Amino acid sequence: MMQAALLSFRLLRREWRAGELRALGLALVIAVASISAVGFATDRVELALQYQANELLGADLLIVSDHPVDHQFRQLADEYKLRSAETTSFVSMLLAGDKNQLAEVKAVSEAYPLRGELRVAEELFGPEAPVTGIPAPGTAWADSRLLTQLAVKPGDTIKLGESQFKISALLVHEPDRGGDLFSIAPRLLLNLRDVPATKLIQTGSRVRYRLLLSGEIDGIARYREWVSSRLGPGEKLEGVSDARPEVRAALERAKRFLGLAALVSVLLAGAAIATAARRFSLRHLDACALLRCLGARQSFITWIYLTQLLTLSLVAGIVGCAIGYAAHSALTDLLGGMVAAQLPPPSWRPVGFGLLTGMVALLGFAAPPLLALKNVPTLRVLRREIGLPIRGASVYGIGWVVFAALMVWQAGDVKLGLYLVLGTVATLAFLGAVAWLLVRLLGQLRERVGVAWRFGFASIARRPANSVTQILAFGIGLMALLLLTLVRADLLAGWQGSLPQDAPNRFIINIQPEQLSSLHRFFADEGMPAIQLYPMVRGRLVRLNDKAVSPNDYQDQRAASLIEREFNLSSIEILPDDNQITSGRWWRPDDSGKNLYSVEQGIAETLGIKVGDRLTYLIAGEEFSGKVASLRKVDWDSFRVNFFVIATPGSLSPYPTSYITSFYLSAERQEVLTRLVKTFPNITVIDVAAIMAQVRTIIERVTLAVEYVFVFTLLAGLTVLYAAIQATQDERLHDSAMLRTLGASRRQIISGLLAEFITLGVLAGLVAALAASVLGYVLAEYVLHLPYTFNAWVWLMGISAGGIGVGIAGTLGLLSVLRHPPLLSLRET
Amino acid sequence: MQTEGLGKQVAGPEGMLVILEDINLQVAEGEAVAIVGASGSGKTTLLGLLAGLDTPTTGRVTLNGRDLFALDEDGRAELRGRLTGFVFQTFQLLPSLTALENVMLPLELAGRGREAREAAGEVLARVDLSHRLHHYPKQLSGGEQQRVAIARAFAPRPKLLFADEPTGNLDQASGERIINLLFDLNREQGSTLILVTHDEALAQRCRRRLKLEAGRLVA
Repeated sequence: MMQAALLSFRLLRREWRAGELRALGLALVIAVASISAVGFATDRVELALQYQANELLGADLLIVSDHPVDHQFRQLADEYKLRSAETTSFVSMLLAGDKNQLAEVKAVSEAYPLRGELRVAEELFGPEAPVTGIPAPGTAWADSRLLTQLAVKPGDTIKLGESQFKISALLVHEPDRGGDLFSIAPRLLLNLRDVPATKLIQTGSRVRYRLLLSGEIDGIARYREWVSSRLGPGEKLEGVSDARPEVRAALERAKRFLGLAALVSVLLAGAAIATAARRFSLRHLDACALLRCLGARQSFITWIYLTQLLTLSLVAGIVGCAIGYAAHSALTDLLGGMVAAQLPPPSWRPVGFGLLTGMVALLGFAAPPLLALKNVPTLRVLRREIGLPIRGASVYGIGWVVFAALMVWQAGDVKLGLYLVLGTVATLAFLGAVAWLLVRLLGQLRERVGVAWRFGFASIARRPANSVTQILAFGIGLMALLLLTLVRADLLAGWQGSLPQDAPNRFIINIQPEQLSSLHRFFADEGMPAIQLYPMVRGRLVRLNDKAVSPNDYQDQRAASLIEREFNLSSIEILPDDNQITSGRWWRPDDSGKNLYSVEQGIAETLGIKVGDRLTYLIAGEEFSGKVASLRKVDWDSFRVNFFVIATPGSLSPYPTSYITSFYLSAERQEVLTRLVKTFPNITVIDVAAIMAQVRTIIERVTLAVEYVFVFTLLAGLTVLYAAIQATQDERLHDSAMLRTLGASRRQIISGLLAEFITLGVLAGLVAALAASVLGYVLAEYVLHLPYTFNAWVWLMGISAGGIGVGIAGTLGLLSVLRHPPLLSLRET
Repeated sequence: MQTEGLGKQVAGPEGMLVILEDINLQVAEGEAVAIVGASGSGKTTLLGLLAGLDTPTTGRVTLNGRDLFALDEDGRAELRGRLTGFVFQTFQLLPSLTALENVMLPLELAGRGREAREAAGEVLARVDLSHRLHHYPKQLSGGEQQRVAIARAFAPRPKLLFADEPTGNLDQASGERIINLLFDLNREQGSTLILVTHDEALAQRCRRRLKLEAGRLVA
């Protein structure tokens, strides 16, 4: 075995020197480099996004409790060198003169917030600015709703329990105001030290205590692990999954884009390695037969090649990872402005994954044909006509299966991974059939073209199986390029387009039924676009089918908190544009009078609700029961008014109803708000511009990151093309030399080659354009949920880039051969 | 080496095709034997069977007292590595190895890696290729390539040498030189030579000639 290893290293070194391994080594290095660069980049972008998302918690981790947070949790935070802050929140009545208002009071300690920032203004609708620090003792910050409801302004005094507070600023933004935008009472923020004096917190008071924590990633991870086993009743850990659905949707989509980039690079790397590995194997068949003839045992030969392949994949893998790491660091600059905190270094996962992919792809695609050599009679050294064991794709079966598993793993999402694997298999099969058909059609054209083209066509038609393989290899490379340039641009534009500049940035809630017509008139008088009003009824889910539900029934924290609070129910007649039925059906006119629900898919999954289930809500003290008729997918990051639960029109009319709408307010027309609130004093205007800005930032950064990451994927695509051209060289060398021997001029041969490569390229371009269009559609429609637009450029670019690119590159690759005497080429092959 | 009732049949489109039938022969140590015959007479098949590169339909081959086909493929490979050398019509040099490395290969395979370089250099000097040690096969002429192949065959000092049309791809001058080298080295090393050729002149140089016609030994 030792001897085999030594000999194998020696042979490897000799082959490297002879240039034999260049294509395979290059394919491996670029493949691993692109996978690891994409991996590192994705890792960092995800970390950055995580940080961004953590702002929504105001921390990296939260412990929420219904009693004061245990001392040991705070102590351990110090030991783990985590920063911490505390908040205490409860609902209480505020008094100002003769007015009173229920408010959500939040008392905070010094370091609050640990992530994100507070922003305040000096007056209603005045300019806002970020602020460090918290309200001084004896003062409080109130949000605009509270000021409006109590008719007070900064400088005035309000009463909370036994204490008086001076309003010192208008609270515009707090990072961790999570959950449902519309179900919370107005906010009062004060200093934690002032709470005891209010005497509001007594035994039995409903109070939420939070311990906010932030710090190094691994410190947080260790702390989380330690704490999760020690949580007592009424205590829970909270993470970003409780963030707003809009931001969560944007984050999810961002991850999918990046994951897609990574997956495409894995796929391309695999194709490049497979192509190069096939050539490697074919060129080593004779060597294997000769080794056996010279007395090498089968196991010895197996060892030699396994060691060679492992060594090659390891060396190329390490080089590739190093290049990948170096390349990704440019991305850090790109993300620099995205997060205030310093990014932790990326994990080692991309290195492992890069090495593994290289190894699996190389072994999967190169080893089976080499190992199958025991089926080649040694007699092949005497009779070359004896067949080779490589027949069809079956030899590569193991390679494909392992590779598919790798893709699913990389996707991190079984559904996405399987989509891609199945899509790839189906695409390859379909494209193979198309390529076969095109090759057959080509035969018909032979009689009608000149000698060069006839030679080109004949070459393609003579080896249809080989030609189809080559068209597929070129096609996949080109498809990737098309997908990465044109389709990617379309998809990104679609995403950015999903949140246009004039997307609604203000919501109005609490509109009373009798105000509807005057509100419409107000908007018309102000010269603003007409608004759409949706009825809204608040209810709490109490029974699912015949079983009473309580937060304790759910392990999932998000599910538990959804049960705990009141939902906004609406009744809508026509399915909104940005909603899509995923199961069941939307109501028909004859459903009026029936109590039916349409439930948002995400919440249905969280709570385990299916079509046909019976839901009972407690609305204003009465039970309202109905059947789930459909589940819907909602485009949360469209920022339009959307509801988790919609009921049939009219079914909710017996219950107290208010209305909600959204509209876009430009920065220049802020004064409209003052008039709006004066005309309709009871309504509440909610400003979502800050969240939108956050989502936009995510989109912009991720777009940049995706563009960057795709550069590597592009490189992987080019490697496929290079490997494919290399792989075709051997076959053509012999033909060209033979033609020259027969007296063909250099020119004639070049024309013939050019004709052949251009034809191959055009066919591959057709195949690639078809694949890229279909894939683009599938991705837009089913994976990223973005509108798909047909792009004719994909076809034009595919065909012309294929014809010109493959034509020139393929011919150039063979030009050097023409400079040498033909015998040399004949001897080589 | 001895064969008894050696035969080979293959399935053809019109039923079984007899390629070799009832071959009985004996080759003594140090003998030089030429197997001659027209194209398709079964020469190369016989050589393949004698060398254990292929398996017979009937009969057996005994080499150095051992039944070749009682061994498995690996056993035969081991025996080949220990006892035999080959010279092929198409040279069969590995394109990625230099002349020196090609000659070193059988020695390395036999676990004689330490002495390989020196021994290979010596044999290459013997075939007048000292100036071509680091050339790749494609940088060598056909005659030179076959000399490298001869050096490779003789480097491990085999007891038995098989040569399959060694001059088939060469011009007359190169061919003669190769033949001289082959017989000289054979004599020097005292090895047994089994040579397949259709070239009568070449066959004349062997002490014994066996003629194949339609798969049967006729002389």
